[in-house]
Amino acid sequence: MSRLRNALLAGTFAGALGLWIASAAMAQELSFSQVERGRYLATASDCVACHTNIEEGGKRYAGGRGLETPFGTIYSSNLTPDEATGLGGWSRDEFYRALNEGISRDGSHLYPAMPYPHFTKMSREDADAIFAYLRTLEPVTAEIPENALPFPLSIRMSVAGWKLLFFDKVDFAVDPDQSQEWNRGRYLVDALAHCGACHTGKNLLGADKEDEYLRGGTLDNWYAPNIRGGVNGGLADWEAEDIVRFLGEGRSRHTAPMQRMGEVVGLSTQHLRDEDLMAIAVYLKSLDDAPREEAEAPAQARLETGEAIYFDNCAACHSADRSGVPDIFASLESSNKLTAEDPATVIRIILGGARAQQTEAVPSQIAMPGFAWKLTDQQVADVVTYLRAVSDRKAGPVSAGEVEDMREHLEEK
Amino acid sequence: MTKQLPRVDVVLVGFGWTGAIFAEKLTAAGLDVLALERGPWRDTPSDFATTFAQDELRYYWRHGMFQEASQDTLTFRNNSAQTALPMRRWGSFLPGNGVGGAGVHWNGQTYRFLPSDFVARSHNEERYGPLPADMTVQDYGVTYEELEPHFDYFEKICGICGQAGNVDGETIEGGNPFEGMRSDQYPNPPMRMTFSQDRFAASARALGLNPFPVPSANMSRAYVNPLGMQLAPCTYCGFCEKHGCGNYSKASPQTTIIPVLMQRPNFGLRTNSEVLSVEKTPDGKHATGVTYVDTSGEVWFQPADIVILCAYPLQNTRLLLLSEIGTPYDPRTGEGVVGKNYCYQVMSSATVFFEDEYTNGFVGAGALGMVVDDYNGDNFDHSGLGFIGGGYIACGTTNARPIESHPVPEDVPRWGSAWKRAVRENFLKTTSVGVHGSSMAHRSNHLDLDPTYKDVWGRPLLRMTYDFTLNDRRLTEHLTPVAEEIAHGMGGAHVKVNARRGSYDSEPYQTTHNTGGTIMGTDPASSVVNRYGQSWDLPNLFVTGAGLFPQNAGYNPTGTVGALAYWSVDAIINRYLPDPGPLVRP
Amino acid sequence: MAGTALAASRVLASDYGRGAGMPWSPMSGEVPYYGTGSERFFSHEERRAVAAICARLIPSDDDGPGASEADVVTFIDRQMAGFYGRAQHWYMQGPFAEGTSTQGYQSEHPPAMLYRLALAELDEHCRSQMGGPFAELTEEDQDAVLTGLDEEEIAFERVSAKTFFDLILENTVEGFFADPIYGGNRDMIGWRYVGFPGTRYDYRDFVGHNGAAIPLEPVSLQGRPGWSQP
Repeated sequence: MSRLRNALLAGTFAGALGLWIASAAMAQELSFSQVERGRYLATASDCVACHTNIEEGGKRYAGGRGLETPFGTIYSSNLTPDEATGLGGWSRDEFYRALNEGISRDGSHLYPAMPYPHFTKMSREDADAIFAYLRTLEPVTAEIPENALPFPLSIRMSVAGWKLLFFDKVDFAVDPDQSQEWNRGRYLVDALAHCGACHTGKNLLGADKEDEYLRGGTLDNWYAPNIRGGVNGGLADWEAEDIVRFLGEGRSRHTAPMQRMGEVVGLSTQHLRDEDLMAIAVYLKSLDDAPREEAEAPAQARLETGEAIYFDNCAACHSADRSGVPDIFASLESSNKLTAEDPATVIRIILGGARAQQTEAVPSQIAMPGFAWKLTDQQVADVVTYLRAVSDRKAGPVSAGEVEDMREHLEEK
Repeated sequence: MTKQLPRVDVVLVGFGWTGAIFAEKLTAAGLDVLALERGPWRDTPSDFATTFAQDELRYYWRHGMFQEASQDTLTFRNNSAQTALPMRRWGSFLPGNGVGGAGVHWNGQTYRFLPSDFVARSHNEERYGPLPADMTVQDYGVTYEELEPHFDYFEKICGICGQAGNVDGETIEGGNPFEGMRSDQYPNPPMRMTFSQDRFAASARALGLNPFPVPSANMSRAYVNPLGMQLAPCTYCGFCEKHGCGNYSKASPQTTIIPVLMQRPNFGLRTNSEVLSVEKTPDGKHATGVTYVDTSGEVWFQPADIVILCAYPLQNTRLLLLSEIGTPYDPRTGEGVVGKNYCYQVMSSATVFFEDEYTNGFVGAGALGMVVDDYNGDNFDHSGLGFIGGGYIACGTTNARPIESHPVPEDVPRWGSAWKRAVRENFLKTTSVGVHGSSMAHRSNHLDLDPTYKDVWGRPLLRMTYDFTLNDRRLTEHLTPVAEEIAHGMGGAHVKVNARRGSYDSEPYQTTHNTGGTIMGTDPASSVVNRYGQSWDLPNLFVTGAGLFPQNAGYNPTGTVGALAYWSVDAIINRYLPDPGPLVRP
Repeated sequence: MAGTALAASRVLASDYGRGAGMPWSPMSGEVPYYGTGSERFFSHEERRAVAAICARLIPSDDDGPGASEADVVTFIDRQMAGFYGRAQHWYMQGPFAEGTSTQGYQSEHPPAMLYRLALAELDEHCRSQMGGPFAELTEEDQDAVLTGLDEEEIAFERVSAKTFFDLILENTVEGFFADPIYGGNRDMIGWRYVGFPGTRYDYRDFVGHNGAAIPLEPVSLQGRPGWSQP
């Protein structure tokens, strides 16, 4: 894997070098080392995911991707150095202010779909490096659609109120009692990769709940699982090496990244250095969590029905004992999505299917088929209920109504 | 009006196993490659997911993934005195269609032909004297030793599960003692065997034969191939042959190569695009590209520096005939080459009916079996037998899909209460010992263009003239009793022999092992392509697949098809590209 | 005619590759669809005759249920109304000739029309020779007529009686053993009768059965009773 990644880095170096020579007349800050560092940091921050209209084959970093938020659709901005529609006219300070304070070049407030509550922890040097890298991109003229937000959110000033309540401009604080690796991991998780944007529970106004930090969150009908470690966290069964492989190769003994997380691994984490992935793993593993609340056990008849559905439909891949096949089919014995309070992701994957992310290291694109045409809402609810109860799990039953809602959501899409 | 497209380095006609192999190697070498496939896109989650893959009616009986006869079929007759009529629906064999081709719905039995199979004429004549004049058997022009590294690589791409019998000259217990020398073990251990295989192996051993596990592309364990592709463990579901595998445990172009290709910017694939002809320069000495038609009826010319025919053997032959490349074979004079030496397979079997024991045939897999090779190729003395070649004898448990597989004893009527009861009594209690015989080339068996019937585009259908030969009949008469003897030793209550008699019948399914028509060899007067699969007439045209076989050996062909493809693409990259031109001077 | 069949059965040419990866999206897949509808082809009389023929080919008797309980006639009716009945995937261009016994199906009629013409002649034959349409004959007489078709003792004028018999026998076996999604094999009766566990996809736990029976209930593409709570 690391050999592959080195080859990849070498290739990018060569490309960046060409650019550097071509733009030697540009500002001094566009040194090779600065641009290369910025490219890596932009990758770690996964800027490209939101700022590329992936669904419609848009140019990288040219923006226009519609981000579904609980409050409406927000379109990402054009990060290429185009004068009219991109960052062409922006200064380094203006760019830093956007990341650090959530304020746009014209002084207006940015919607917090842009994760500046995380980026505010980014160091000035890192923000400058990302800016330097973005300046080397080919300018793309791309007008960004109007955001589709209901009043009063359509008034950007309302964001000011939001920020007053929920946004703290903070610097990243190094914890001197922890190792350098742990601190690096925390910086990557919080300031760059903004894991909490999905994995931390949100309040009704979409702001992180501090006491829900990385304990799992729901966004756009996906549930991003608990990624705390310790003995009670969602990653309790994961070794640090599992996390490194999951992020770096897109596979692990437990499961593979799919859909939203697949995109993160495909665009961002697979390109990070192993020592950075290990730092992330060390940090996450250090976060313990409170023991999960135990739900009431479902009726025995439901469990038997659920087990029958499991055995006939799921065992071929996930094994009769639910242990899966390491690296290929997810283990349902150590799934942090199954035991979560919110079963959204599990229901969604059963109905619509899911596909393991293709990476440089693992080109396979193994997919689970959707069962929407085959299983009723009640049957999906029963098999999920069974999986949330078997092996002494006490995650609680799921109702047919929850499945019905998800089915409607997916069929609308 | 034909529209012109931008040039590519290589155009591939057909995108099954060989298309995927050529594309992977050629794009890795930096060439810009376009594959044209006349069928649709196919992939596991969309076309044969575990939620619906196990549908016997849809996939086999309604031909869910086979070539549509309404688009293109062939006409058939047993001999030149008859009028060939169209195969209006498929029966005896099932040509693939769509991305992955027949590599999607094969069984996964992955043999290497024997060293002597590649030199069938010189080897047999040296040992037994001259062959009869009407046996047009030829040497391949390439040897087993030359192909060995390519067999080995293809086995690693597929993750073949088996037990080697001869590694670097050392005989290994439990493997095939007759096989050619291997440079390495199989990448995976054999599959787990069921009751039927255990009984077969015991009976064969008692007869002094040497049973070994069928080399299988159904995975005995999880596997990662040299391209990083993941294969999952086989679940023995019994829906391999004629079906796609829903849980990634059968090697196919989709599970072993295509996702890697689809990442590469220098690879493109165009589906639902049927190539009408290979185009040539005015002097007829170079291919310039191909003309194809898409489903809107639009006709396109795709220029390319190299054209490679990767379609099914019958289609490759027809395309050469339609493109007027090479001299068509004439059975009356024995002259000409295109369409020559069409061969097939000679099958027979003995069904074992148990009384108290259950064989549970639904616990099966396409390549789950034990096999003996003692009567294959020239592994036994043919002196005085009046035939050459042979076949393997195997007990496979591939399925108990009930529309297809419900054997009854011979005195049972075809329908009514007696039939129904016999089906019930025997459904879970039978197994079969099959003979998979070779098919030696004969002067009269050949392929040409039909004078009457046309496809949807108005082009002549291919015409097949084929019947079993004297060599075939003597072969099957010699081998079927061996199968019967093994069957009798398996402890059943009753054995029914399904002998191979009468003329070849195009209706009941036999095998999809059609070979020849574009045969390889050492002499332009007797072969279509040289030892590298390169056309003798147009050096930038290559042909691949089982059409290259001058005659068919007593094995399933895919292992040798894969090895020949890797051998050929290796020659293109390392010999042809540095110095484009004929790789063999006649 | 061929052009129509082609347009109906294929999608337009598409481009893949060029770094775009394997196409896939959630809530997609070619799930079974044909034959699942409620289309019908047979007239009342035809349906009655087909049901009667199927009931003799796979009879209901002391040993267990047959084509009637499995509702094979509905299976065949739906098949005839669909692409199979129209021979949409078959090569149906002329000229047509009888052919040898090794040349396979050579009727100029697609299956549905072959049934229609043959059933009319069958009832005609039974009325004139045995005093009533096929469905009203005694089981013994029905068996005698079917044997006559099978052994080519009865011939029809417009179509081959033997071709028809072979086809309806093939379709009856299909309807008895195909997945219930296609209308026959009702309640998996055919599978239960012979002991086939259906669409299960994992027998790893049973590879070492060593000759013992495997106690598994059958499952169809749309499940089994055990998938619903009592």
